[in-house]
Amino acid sequence: MSEQVAIVGVGWSGFRPKTPNLSYKELMYEAAVRAYADAGIDPRRDVDSFVTVAEDFIEGTSIFDEYVPDQLGAALKPVHTITGDGLHGLATGVMLIRSGIARIVVVEGHSKASNILTPDTITAYAQDPVLNRPLRLNTHFVAGMEMHRYLYESGTTREQCAAVVVKNRRNALRNPLASYGADLSLDEVLFGPPLAWPLGKRELAPTVDGAIVIVLAAQDVAQALREDAIWIRGIGWCNDSPSLESREWGNLPYLQEAAQMAYAQAGLRDPWNEIDLAEVDDTYAYKELQSLEALGVCGYGEAGSLLAAGAFDLDGEFPVNPSGGSLGVGHMLDATGLMRALEAVLQLRGEAGAHQVEGAEVALVQSWRGVPTTSGAVAILTN
Amino acid sequence: MGMRKVAVIGAGMTRFVRRALETPKELSWEAARMALESCELTMDDVDAVCFGTAPDAFDGIHMNGEYASDGAGAWRKPFMRSYVGGGTGVFVPIQGWYHVASGLFDVVLVVAEEKMSSYYPHPQAAFLTIFDHTTERALGPNLLWIFALEMNRYMSTYGLKKEDIARVAVLHKRNAAAHPCALLGDPKITVEDVLNSDVLAWPVQRLDVSPISDGAVAIVLAAEHVAKRLTDKPVWIEGVGWHLDTAYWTNRDLVYPRYVEYAARMAYEMAGIKEPRKEIHIAEPYDPFDYKALHHLEGLQLAPRGRAIELYLDGTAERDGDLPICPSGGLLGVGNPIAAAGLMKIAELFWQLRGEAGERQVPGNPRRGVAQAWGDLMQVGTVVVMGR
Repeated sequence: MSEQVAIVGVGWSGFRPKTPNLSYKELMYEAAVRAYADAGIDPRRDVDSFVTVAEDFIEGTSIFDEYVPDQLGAALKPVHTITGDGLHGLATGVMLIRSGIARIVVVEGHSKASNILTPDTITAYAQDPVLNRPLRLNTHFVAGMEMHRYLYESGTTREQCAAVVVKNRRNALRNPLASYGADLSLDEVLFGPPLAWPLGKRELAPTVDGAIVIVLAAQDVAQALREDAIWIRGIGWCNDSPSLESREWGNLPYLQEAAQMAYAQAGLRDPWNEIDLAEVDDTYAYKELQSLEALGVCGYGEAGSLLAAGAFDLDGEFPVNPSGGSLGVGHMLDATGLMRALEAVLQLRGEAGAHQVEGAEVALVQSWRGVPTTSGAVAILTN
Repeated sequence: MGMRKVAVIGAGMTRFVRRALETPKELSWEAARMALESCELTMDDVDAVCFGTAPDAFDGIHMNGEYASDGAGAWRKPFMRSYVGGGTGVFVPIQGWYHVASGLFDVVLVVAEEKMSSYYPHPQAAFLTIFDHTTERALGPNLLWIFALEMNRYMSTYGLKKEDIARVAVLHKRNAAAHPCALLGDPKITVEDVLNSDVLAWPVQRLDVSPISDGAVAIVLAAEHVAKRLTDKPVWIEGVGWHLDTAYWTNRDLVYPRYVEYAARMAYEMAGIKEPRKEIHIAEPYDPFDYKALHHLEGLQLAPRGRAIELYLDGTAERDGDLPICPSGGLLGVGNPIAAAGLMKIAELFWQLRGEAGERQVPGNPRRGVAQAWGDLMQVGTVVVMGR
């Protein structure tokens, strides 16, 4: 049994708002080929287990896991799907390796968001069919309610939330994988088109297509494969109440618990001082601030002013979303956690190029599965 | 390689019914509560929850796992839903196994729930969306046709007779008569009844097929040190295996489920089983159709290819036979709420190996059993070996 699990290969494809020339299978294949080459492995010979993350309604196919094995080189091998975020997939890979049943595990996630004609209708089908669906709640309206409550309870302002968009989309200008890099002013975000008060349309991360494949290995295998393996020191995940009526709206208790689980494994006590960069949820701009507080990076209601003071900038004290986050790179549905993990790996390898955080040694990665879920996951990676 | 030992310490299940009044959350909680009560635990003792359910299309709920999570007990707990189509019911205990074996958790609640009746007028139509959107869906395929193809291939390759295969349905439905949760138990059913039932898609007839149903099953898994403290009769998960074949099922010879063989070999190797036919005392192969039980017994290496039927013809498969098969009554008798049906087989092995199966108890103090499920496009095999 290997206590320590490492990331030994990463591969990606797409990262564009539309990929009309590629099917999801081709996106997956391209990402997988790159990841296997990066890790120096042969999927048919070396990989013990494959994990993918997907949801049927997003794919437009029931029992979507049927269509996974061929393009990953996984036919007639142990393969299974987790209906979760990419970080849940990563956690599953960690558990498979720690259990001793696998030594090399491949985790895949993808987004073919451009194929989805009615995304809001699909996400509305995630609401409780008896209690909530008859109310015809729009997904972004639910997010707007949460933002409203968060601003009310924490004292955070709309301006501070808008500043998240400005920061992340500026960071994205330095990231060749990002689709939504832009140099916006605060007013352009604040006074842009509305979405669901107090949420503005520019505070919602637009989607992109893409696939990400990550190769995990047990400690001895990882050390034999490469010197610059990236280690998963901690990984945690948690759910709160799925019903809108019986959850907290200003706080994110599931994220607090997921973070505590990951920090305990990593032996991490002081996130602010021990972590060099964070890739956290910014599906909506306010989520970045709310998540940082739940992660214990700062106190409740403090993230907004730290952001305004520049602490979360690329060259700040605690860089947050140096990739540009979902606002800048684009939201990749359930592959989002893997997009963040990919960014962390590149940062920790020193391969992030123009958006490199100097001397990065410890990265925090976090994701949320979106409205109406209370499902969050956290990982701590080191080089 | 020293793997952490994992035991099943509790189990519970709802009745399998044609149309449950309960919501998926409520079904999940009923089964979870019974499983926890069976080992005198509460949700406070549970470290994480694993959940299984088949396509979201049945319920019409996007992210169905997230929706059902609190029903399954995952309030402020680590929660994940795993998914391999029809194989999910025997995969979700494997997911629970690796949660505990990883060392991250000591007590894990595993819940499988299915509510097919929400799909109106008949859940069969949901299966249209499992086919390839470009090459197959346009043809409007129906699952029964596909299995008719497979059954035909199996029968014609080995020269099997319908009246022999019908004995599988007869035995399983008779066994189910002793199961308090069963939907289609019938102590008096005969081969003639099966052969005279409606033809659905030749050679598949109505009584060759398991019924669509609603229901939920839950089990509690624990690490060795916890299991030994909580029970005198832990049932160990000795081996786990799963394999997924190519999506291009039309390129495959349907006569033999190689993916089941590979999954079984993975589980047997972990369990240290060299001669499955001698070392396994109870088998719960997946039996959504009667011929599928035969198919899977061959994949599980419990019978030579084309000869699994002999286990039924010579009485070996009966409850007091040398290798009792589906003493629960299987999917054909207890019912087939897809993910729950697979976990029902795990619960059955748990009760059988502890000697708690009541009227269904297999004589002779069985020590080891195997459960298996299958799914996707005739593509996935999931296998668990349990022993005491």
